[in-house]
Order: sequence, then C-alpha cells, then structure tokens
Amino acid sequence: MKGMTIIVKKTTQLIAGMIFMYGIYVIVHGHLTPGGGFAGGVVIAGSFILVTLSNGGDFMKLLKEESGTTIVESLATILVIVIAVSGFLFGTKIFFNNFLPKGIVGHLVSAGVLPLYNIFVGTEVAASIFIIFLSLIIFKEESKG
Amino acid sequence: MNPLIPLFVVIPLAGAFLIMIIGRFIEEFNKYFTSLVLLFLTCISFYFLFTTGEKIFVYKVGGWEPINSVPIGIYMVMDGFTVIVVCIINLIGFLSAFYSISYIKRYTAGNYFYALFCLMIGGMNGVVLSGDLFNIFVFLEISVISSYALVAFGVESNELEASFKYQILGGLASFLILFGIGFIYWKTKTLNIADIKEAFSSGYNKTTYLFIQILLLSGFGLKAAIIPFHAWLPDAHSSAPSPISAMLSGIFIKAVGIYVIIRLFFNMFVISESMAILITTLGTVSMVIGVFLAIGQWDIKRLLAYHSISQMGYVVMSVGIGMILLSRGAKSEIASLAIAGGIFHLINHAAFKGLLFLNAGAIEYTTGTRNLKEMGGLAKSMPVTSATSFIASMSISGVPPFNGFFSKLIIIIAAIMAKFYLLALLAVIVSIITLASFLKFQRYAFYNKSDNNKNQNIREVPFPMVFSMVVLSIICVLLSLLVLPEIRHAILTPAIDILTDPVKYSTSILVQ
Repeated sequence: MKGMTIIVKKTTQLIAGMIFMYGIYVIVHGHLTPGGGFAGGVVIAGSFILVTLSNGGDFMKLLKEESGTTIVESLATILVIVIAVSGFLFGTKIFFNNFLPKGIVGHLVSAGVLPLYNIFVGTEVAASIFIIFLSLIIFKEESKG
Repeated sequence: MNPLIPLFVVIPLAGAFLIMIIGRFIEEFNKYFTSLVLLFLTCISFYFLFTTGEKIFVYKVGGWEPINSVPIGIYMVMDGFTVIVVCIINLIGFLSAFYSISYIKRYTAGNYFYALFCLMIGGMNGVVLSGDLFNIFVFLEISVISSYALVAFGVESNELEASFKYQILGGLASFLILFGIGFIYWKTKTLNIADIKEAFSSGYNKTTYLFIQILLLSGFGLKAAIIPFHAWLPDAHSSAPSPISAMLSGIFIKAVGIYVIIRLFFNMFVISESMAILITTLGTVSMVIGVFLAIGQWDIKRLLAYHSISQMGYVVMSVGIGMILLSRGAKSEIASLAIAGGIFHLINHAAFKGLLFLNAGAIEYTTGTRNLKEMGGLAKSMPVTSATSFIASMSISGVPPFNGFFSKLIIIIAAIMAKFYLLALLAVIVSIITLASFLKFQRYAFYNKSDNNKNQNIREVPFPMVFSMVVLSIICVLLSLLVLPEIRHAILTPAIDILTDPVKYSTSILVQ
C-alpha cells in the first residue's frame, strides 16, 4: 500500500500521539467518568489506523504487523481471564471477585480490580479493531497482485 | 456455591486464546490441547451428573448477593435438566475434537479451527448454565458467531453461500430474541429468569405477554430449526466440516434452541393451553415435513440434516404434549411421561446424529464424495465405519434394542395415554419412513456394488476417527439402559421434576 503526501504524514504524526494519549486517558478513567475500556480502545485503534493509512507499508510488513497484533489481542483476553480467576484464588473462591482494596471514591487508583479490567479490555478492543482494518487491507493487496 | 460451575465457561474461553498464542509457536499443540481440555470438562460434567440429583446449585458471579431479595448479580444455575445438556455438549465436543485430529488435515489453519471450536463450546455451556436472559443472549451470540465462521471454513462458493444464508437468518433470530428480552425488561425491570417468573405471577397484560412469548418462540425456533424456520439448516449443516456438522446437528440446535425454549416455557412463563397447542403443532409439522424432505436426498449430509429437523420435531411434539396436559392441570404422570420421552429422545439424538455425521465425514474423507450414487461396496473396505453407521441408522429409525426405539416408544405411549391418537400414528409413520431412508443410505453407501474402479484401494480411516465412532456407537447401545427404572430415576426424573414444578425452581434460586 502506498503512503500519502508529506503534508498528510507530518499532520498525522502531530495528531496521532494526541489521539493515543486521549485513548489512554479514557481507559484509565473508566471507573470514574463515562467511557472505559471499549470506548478508549476504539480511540487508540483510531490512532494506529491513521498512522497506517498515511504512511502505508509493503505487504510483508502488514502481514507481520497483523500476526503481532493477534498475539497482543489474545494475551489481553487471557489476562482478563487471569484476573477473574485470581479473584477465585485470593479470597472467597468466587470468580470475578473484586479482591483488591477499594480505595477512596473519586481517586484515580481506586475501585479494586476494575481499572485493571478496563486496561486489558481496552488493549483487546484496540488490537481487535486494528486487526479488522489490517485484514481488509491485506485482502485488498492480495487480490491486487 | 460450587466453585466448579464457572469452569465450564472459563476453561474453553481461556483455551481458545491460548491456542491462538501457543499454537503459533508449537505445531500440533492445538489438536491435543483441545482434546485434553474437553476431556477434562467431560469428567467434571459427569461428576455433576452423578452428584446433582434433586439439588439446584446456584453460583453468583462476582459474589454479588441479592439486595432486599432482588437478585442483582449474574446467576449460573446447575439443576437436573442443565446437567444432562452440559454432559452431552462436552462429551460430543470431546469426541468431535478427537475425531478432528485426523480430519483437519484436509484443511489449513488448524489454529483458527480449534480456537473457534473452543469458543463454540464455551458459548453453548454458557447458554445452558446461565440463569438470566441477557447472559443467555450474550453466550448465544458467542457460540453462533463462531459457528458462522466454522460453517464457512472450507471457503468454497457453496460453503460461503450457506454461511451467508445462515448469518442472515441467525441475525434475524438474534434480533427477535433481543427484542423479546427488551420487552421483558421493560415490563418486569429484571432479567433473572426466576425473578421474571415472580414478577409475572403478580399480574400482567395478556396481549404483551403473548407478544413476548411469540417473539421468543420464533427467535429460538429459528435457532432450533423447527419448520417453518428451517431454511438455513440443510445448507449450513451439510457445508460445514464433518466434526462441526456433528456438533451443530448433535448439540448446537439443542443447546441454543430446544433447551432454551423448554426452559423458558416451563420455568419462566405460565403455560397457557393455546401456546402449548402451538408448540405441539410446530413439532408435529417439523416431524412430518422434515422426513419427507429427507427421503429424496442423494447427498448424505443433506439427508442427515433434514432428519435432524424431523427428529427435533419428535422432541418438541412430545414436550408440547406434556405442556398441554400441564396447562389443563390434570394427569401429571402422563405429562411427566411425555416430557421424559422428549428429553430421552434429545439425549439419544445427540448420540446417534453425532455418530452419523462422523460416519459421513469418514466416507467423505476416504472417497472424496458425498453423493450416494457414486459410492458403493464400502462395507468390505471400511468395516468399522460400516458397522458403526449401521448401529446409528438402526437407532435413529427406532429398531430395538437400540436407544432410539425406547425413546420413540415412550413418546408414542405418552401420546396414546393422553388421547392424541393422530399424533401417535404420525410418530409411527414417520419412524417407518425414517427407516426406509436409512436403509437407502446403508444400501447405496455400503452394500451396493460400485461400478467405477476408483473405490478399489480404499482403506479404513485413521485411529482417532475410528475411536470416536466406536465410542459413540457404544454410547448408542448403552443409552437404552436409561429406560430401566433405577437409572431413569437417577438421571431423567430430576430433570422432569424441575420442569414440571416452576415454583420450586424460582423459590430455590431466589432463596439461596
């Protein structure tokens, strides 16, 4: 896939970082403000998609990126399950138990395991939406050549 | 709370994503890992089968206790009926996964196959174990979406077309189900099945209630492929890889279709006579039309797929007769007998239809065709496949001493005792036509002499496929033991008690 002009490239370099930071902000404040893992994950995936679209990349590089993203996605899902099961192990034998100290309402580090779930759900959503995008590009490249 | 209950959902989900990571680095990991995981789940499910009995286990996910006796958490419920379906899901799942060890060589991308397989099992276990409507919907989508991908796994034009048709009708069904759940939530302000039962018992609007029932019946009826909702089934079940066909036909339409219909109409809604008559009619129609559609087929897997519709008709009809009797408020022994026949036939169908699809897969694996006219004389070259498929054919057509005979006998006796003579007669006639079409299958596939020399150097299929088929055929014979009073009392009676006594179901969940 060919990239775009230098103007577009420079502009996305400026914007993509900010979009990425905003996605992280939405995810880590998931238990305090509207939004959370899913919404923030979609924003992060948007920044990746923007960079890929403007800079382009050859076929092999896209394939490599896709396999890396698949591993990240599966790892994030497994980590969600690991936290759920660790609620089972440390505590009262209950799956999805909130076993960490709850903290003070309104603080960034509070609500026990909920921020951790948000972070991993965010990673999972970002990775899976990016995979969908990459698969569409790879399909197009394959059918071209 | 029994800590083993959520394992039925956690282990397959974790397994699916582990396969996607570790399977990239270690070849062959996916095959053996999936079989081990499902073997473990089968062991736990049989442990529950022998310990549950009359008890109802409730598991509150996250430890959310009810507040002011309003259930706010996610409930997982394990009772006498659930445990039977969980057992057949994991057992047939294990045998199909083991069978796939050889069969999957026909395809590339084994990691995706096994990951989707685990997701489908996890979704079905979730549907069956879930105690609230919304989680039934969520797990149903997990299993249905993975089955869309598995139907199209061969990526040839007919497989993609079947999957597309299945997706459109499945999407329609999901919409109807979600719409019905939304209506229930609007009317009762709760999603827990036991709590909905309590909320409806304090009075409801008759029109809305009927509308909800029709929405849920058509939604889950589409998943269960009852006629007139059957259009997707023959294509989807015949295009999928054979182990997946065995899963779809053997347990998928039961777990996400029939099981949920039975559970909701017995334990959540108050049974009305008109609704019960509607369900019985749908069952009878699919029983009769399904077999007439099947008898003219020359493609083995299409023939088996149409027979699934017909046999599910038996289950729905028998359970419907039980519903009619219960709604009239009398003769609860005959109602119990009819429901017992339905559940017994549901278990038997999982065994013999799973086996028949595995046989069809073995024939396709060696000869490369699914057309009955191009086969012939396979009995000499494939003795195990021939013998096991003979057992399965006799079971499905209701020949003693195999399991299908006893369940059909119970259904027919119940219909006669309830004075539905026409339904009993139709059940006998359909059984005879089933026998005719399976004799055709036996003759053309195994005993007819073949004209072409292509079939000369055919050998028996590899060990994993033979093992699964032999185990399933032994199960087919052993399941007829369920008709003995002691065994029936231990396994079938708790399931019937929980269905015929909705008050016990709702109170014991809400009190715990």
